[in-house]
Amino acid sequence: MGTPGWLSWLTAFTSGRDPRSESWDRVPHWALCSVGSLLLPLWDETHFGKMGSYYINRTFFFDVHPPLGKMLIGLAGYLSGYDGTFLFQKPGDKYEHHNYMGMRGFCAFLGSLLVPFAYLIVLELSKSLPAALLTAALLTFDTGCLTLSQYILLDPILMFFIMAAMLSMVKYNSCANRPFSAPWWFWLSLTGINLAGALGVKFVGLFIILQVGWNTISDLWHLLGDLSLSVVTVGKHLTARILCLIVLPLTLYTATYAVHFRVLNKSGPGDGFFSSAFQARLSGNNLHNASIPEHLAYGSVITVKNLRMAIGYLHSHRHLYPEGIGARQQQVSEPFVLSVLRQHQAVDPLDPSFPVEFVRHGDIIRLEHKETSRNLHSHYHEAPLTRKHYQVTGYGINGTGDSNDFWRIEVVNRRFGNRIRVLRSRIRLIHLVTGCVLGSSGKVLPKWGWEQLEVTCTPYLKETLNSIWNVEDHINPKLPNISLDVLQPSFPEILLESHMVMIRGNNGLKPKDNEFTSKPWHWPINYQGLRFSGINDTDFRVYLLGNPVVWWLNLLSIALYLLLGSIIAVAVQRGARLPAEVEGLSQVLLQGGGQLLLGWMLHYFPFFLMGRILYFHHYFPAMLFSSMLTGILWDTLLRLCAWSLASSSLARGVYVVGLLSLLLGTAYSFYLFHPLAYGMVGPLAQDPRSPMAGLKWLESWDF
Amino acid sequence: MLGFLKRPVVVTADINLNVVALTAVGLLSRLWQLAYPRAVVFDEVYYGQYISFYMKRIFFLDGSGPPFGHMLLALGGYLGGFDGNFLWNRIGAEYSSNVPVWSLRLLPALTGALSVPMAYQILLELGFSHCAAMGAALLMLIENALITQSRLMLLESVLIFFNLLAVLSYLKFSNSQKQRPFSLSWWFWLMLTGVACSCAVGVKYVGVFTYLLVLAVASVHAWHLIGDRTLSHVRVLCHLLARAAALLVVPALMYLLFFYVHLILVYRSGPHDQVMSSAFQASLEGGLARITQGQPLEVAYGSQVTLKNVFGKPVPCWLHSHQSTYPMIYENGRGSSHQQQVTCYPFKDVNNWWIVKDPGRHQLVVGSPPRPVRHGDVVQLVHGMTTRFLNTHDVAAPLSPHSQEVSCYVDYNISMPSQNLWRLDIVNRESDADVWKTILSEVRLVHVNTSVALKLSGAHLPDWGFRQLEVVGEKVSRGYHESMVWNVEEHRYGKSQEQKERELELHSPAQMDVSRNLSFMARFLELQWRMLTVKSDGSEHKYSSSPLDWVTLDTSIAYWLHPRTSAQIHLLGNVVIWASASLATVVYALLFLWYLLRRRRSIRDLPEDSWLRWVLAGALCAGGWAVNYLPFFMMEKTLFLYHYLPALTFQILLLPAVLQHISDHLCRSPPLRSLFSALVVAWYSCACHVFITLRPLTYGDKSLSPSELKALRWKDSWDILIRKY
Repeated sequence: MGTPGWLSWLTAFTSGRDPRSESWDRVPHWALCSVGSLLLPLWDETHFGKMGSYYINRTFFFDVHPPLGKMLIGLAGYLSGYDGTFLFQKPGDKYEHHNYMGMRGFCAFLGSLLVPFAYLIVLELSKSLPAALLTAALLTFDTGCLTLSQYILLDPILMFFIMAAMLSMVKYNSCANRPFSAPWWFWLSLTGINLAGALGVKFVGLFIILQVGWNTISDLWHLLGDLSLSVVTVGKHLTARILCLIVLPLTLYTATYAVHFRVLNKSGPGDGFFSSAFQARLSGNNLHNASIPEHLAYGSVITVKNLRMAIGYLHSHRHLYPEGIGARQQQVSEPFVLSVLRQHQAVDPLDPSFPVEFVRHGDIIRLEHKETSRNLHSHYHEAPLTRKHYQVTGYGINGTGDSNDFWRIEVVNRRFGNRIRVLRSRIRLIHLVTGCVLGSSGKVLPKWGWEQLEVTCTPYLKETLNSIWNVEDHINPKLPNISLDVLQPSFPEILLESHMVMIRGNNGLKPKDNEFTSKPWHWPINYQGLRFSGINDTDFRVYLLGNPVVWWLNLLSIALYLLLGSIIAVAVQRGARLPAEVEGLSQVLLQGGGQLLLGWMLHYFPFFLMGRILYFHHYFPAMLFSSMLTGILWDTLLRLCAWSLASSSLARGVYVVGLLSLLLGTAYSFYLFHPLAYGMVGPLAQDPRSPMAGLKWLESWDF
Repeated sequence: MLGFLKRPVVVTADINLNVVALTAVGLLSRLWQLAYPRAVVFDEVYYGQYISFYMKRIFFLDGSGPPFGHMLLALGGYLGGFDGNFLWNRIGAEYSSNVPVWSLRLLPALTGALSVPMAYQILLELGFSHCAAMGAALLMLIENALITQSRLMLLESVLIFFNLLAVLSYLKFSNSQKQRPFSLSWWFWLMLTGVACSCAVGVKYVGVFTYLLVLAVASVHAWHLIGDRTLSHVRVLCHLLARAAALLVVPALMYLLFFYVHLILVYRSGPHDQVMSSAFQASLEGGLARITQGQPLEVAYGSQVTLKNVFGKPVPCWLHSHQSTYPMIYENGRGSSHQQQVTCYPFKDVNNWWIVKDPGRHQLVVGSPPRPVRHGDVVQLVHGMTTRFLNTHDVAAPLSPHSQEVSCYVDYNISMPSQNLWRLDIVNRESDADVWKTILSEVRLVHVNTSVALKLSGAHLPDWGFRQLEVVGEKVSRGYHESMVWNVEEHRYGKSQEQKERELELHSPAQMDVSRNLSFMARFLELQWRMLTVKSDGSEHKYSSSPLDWVTLDTSIAYWLHPRTSAQIHLLGNVVIWASASLATVVYALLFLWYLLRRRRSIRDLPEDSWLRWVLAGALCAGGWAVNYLPFFMMEKTLFLYHYLPALTFQILLLPAVLQHISDHLCRSPPLRSLFSALVVAWYSCACHVFITLRPLTYGDKSLSPSELKALRWKDSWDILIRKY
């Protein structure tokens, strides 16, 4: 409980100590070459490395991302002999003897595959070797991609799957003239597999799914318009795509969850995010292998848990609400408590001679707090924090209260009949007199309330998890105990629940008002990077920042592409006759370039609509697409220039010189900026003695 | 020239009696007993406040929408001679006699009434029959929710009116495109499209969706125009420029005009001033302007200033210090420097005054001539009342342990030296030699030793800090944020040498000479930005609902209840219309898909012209429904049933189009067609019946008995109020 895990690195990061390692030496080469040179975890490594360890230790945890990426990290660690004992507490703790190389090497390997993938995609789309080489150079010499691929992070894995999906889609497009051949099936199903991979690493994988979906729909549209194909053939095409692009990915995606839940069978830091029924699965959890009576009866002693984030129990204690806050009656707030259920009849249900009577949906009940013998009570006084709700108190002496102590119990999911089943029944408690619903507002009471969560009675009868409870512990000597195993949720239920929890977790990641946060418009202009390590300014530091030459070239290329693309499109629409050579080039530009532009837009624009907190590295998938577009654009542009020149030798010269200067320019800029990725020490860039002196081209860069 | 002498003057009037009749019944249904109830009904309590502000010319800030809608409502008040004196605080409160209820409600009612004949016109322009067009208008006429919403001081009916007007004038324009481009009527309808779009956006931001839809349809048409090879290049260019001017430039200018008029109307300071920047406040009459009028412009060494945080969230506040010190040990066990607290205080106070001091000199007065402080200068800030220096050091701040504590330095002689030098960084400078200006300059104070900037963290200090806001020093390198930026609000040149004298001076109001004005664009940009970012407390509401509830009408809103009887106004739709309109949308989508796929296989079920008509009707009506409905799923604000009404209107337009299509193309034999017509008539009388049954809740004029009310509760989720006697 307490601080959600994925936030902890933020705090840990800022309070870390000197992370500089003595044995660090500079190896400015490929991602793979320098992987081993840093003997300390950087930035989010503490986060994902830890989760890799959880898989090795089989401890249950919770993260806002789907499990595949962390599972692969864990697998890589396991295969390379990492034992999962490193704590990953904060950036800067030394790895020492722990074998972390497998995990880093795995991520770096996937990261380095991006370059050949991009090369192949552009080659396939443009059929032009120079364009493909230019793209490969842009990505090779981009410090940002390099930095991001060096460490134990989800991003290289995500980008790997995105690019692999794109590559297989493009490959399969070019098999279109040989439908149902072996390569056709191979690339089609590989697309599906990679889609499942992308979605299984982060939900951002959804964007590449949209891209493939769009491609498939337009593909089918063309097939449908081809009257030489019979409807049956079109139907076959459709079925093949449904199988490979919907059924196959869904199966794989579900399978990753099956593995996830199978592997993580021990209670761990993630328990608190899930429902009681879910927790009963985890060995080590209180509810695991417990046996309690199944159905609630009058006289049962129970604990009641709120379903929202599943962290609060209905609780009361002997402290009164302070003066000035509603009625001076006993406080009720979450965590923990035992209550006695009674019907509002004169019979004492605790009397052993009283026959067992089960509580049913719609019954009028009274809840008595076991410790203090006061009844759960509400009335027309405003709640301490949420003024529009009613206050909930403990009232009465030894169970004798007044008419405000009566609640109607309602079962929301009546699949299990009208009785109330422990763990599984979702119940609402409706106050009889005021008609309000018992709920938790999620607000933390001040000190007088021991900083527990506020419990209120809401007059607004909306279906929210705040007002739904379930019974967790249950003691009733008159009833037979059953093993909780029979109450365990089925796999589809677990799958659904974990998605709900992930979505809620994602929505909970809200930026704070008074903090600097990265905005989507910062990204393409390379406005500000992310510091991976080093607390003090002059420490050894790695700074995630794109190579500005590459990034600004990309930005320029998008603008040029839009301009050139619309000129060609309007010219064609106006019926202009293009020369055969230009015709071919504009085809490449509009179709191949169009796909890449769509990819860039799909991986970039949705971030403007997201309410959650955003980081610079979210742009990198879009950056890949934009670099590929740059490759195609400049190749086409230079060819067009060359074509417009009269003499063929001059044309050839222009083309070669243009291309070479682009290649050499990016290579040189990489030479200038490579310390960003491989690490640097010494004073900050504004100091002339700094290794990066003179390279702080934007005020907002911080290295 | 004098042709009228030779020929008689002839006026031929083409009067479509259908339109006249529809207008008449529309007016009747919306205006009937308009002034009843003479009490505040639901959101009138909310819009009423703004009408009062307009009447009194007081500045206000409302995040819910641009000012045009509010201004239209205020126009009604102006025409009715409303003086703005009414306390809008409770739904159901009786209006006093000075409130011209009828004229206040007139405008929404008129727009609601005119939507009826407009529905007729739109269907005609879409190429459907008079019969279908009449059907659309009659459906609009008997839609209970539309009637309820039009008869009150609310903006939905105005929004719907402008939405429909935009669509109608675009259709008129595109129909005259074929015959007489660049004629007078062509220009008129084109311009009207742009104007109507901007009015829709000006009433509510959601109007932007209809605007985008019209733009999309217009661009598709323009793209076809580009492909039309019978037109010369120049002519195509003229067409495109005309469209760009009318659909892009005109709306932008209109939108600015709304704000221009708004800012001219509300020129007095009022309760919402605090949210705006000092410069904006100073441009209003009264309020801050009264204080700052005559202040010296340039901050000089020795100036006495108050520093306001530019970000101002959670509340606008000024840099503040007072005698109390930070507690030695915080509740969580961490230690502090035990020096004097520096906070941000949301009220004017003498302890908000600071003196800008030159580190090299001892004086705290302005020399003559005054030496202005420039960007990049290093200064010390001295707290006026305690003469302690603003200081920060490597000690964790009380509530934000990752930032530095800011204090006023107290020398305890414990080897904790004072670090009180601050470099002035003017954020909105034009050149590096800029002078620090009162109100206008936005500055960061960057600590020289530790390069942290003075920042408002947004957290409230506990009781020991009197619940004032925490001020911390945060590393400049963590990124630029407005909470690090401050501006001088009150300012005077300090003259007193002695502390006692100075305290007296600090208590006296600032006076000197310089007045300044913000340009309209600066005021517009700031106001628009604040309107978009102002946070409404996303509180839950008894009648709030989710978009999913709307299609099935699973929710209702009780607008008003008679203080004594059971007469009540309830926002409830005509269930027959809602259900059949949704059904029509589904039928449309399925049929469209079916035709589309078959056309792709070269099977043409429809003749080309009726296919084009079918597509255009779908693009505008089904599209209008989608763009006005689906975005609500992404919105995080509190939503109500009435948000669905613009989408519903488009759905109602689609309904007769689908019916006519079924009758024309799917009912092949005449008897089948007659049977279908009979069914349509029966269905319409059903809708009429529902309208009449729900009428008492729509107009609220008849008190029903509890049993009758219970009988009207067709769905459990309808919260019809039943009095317990």
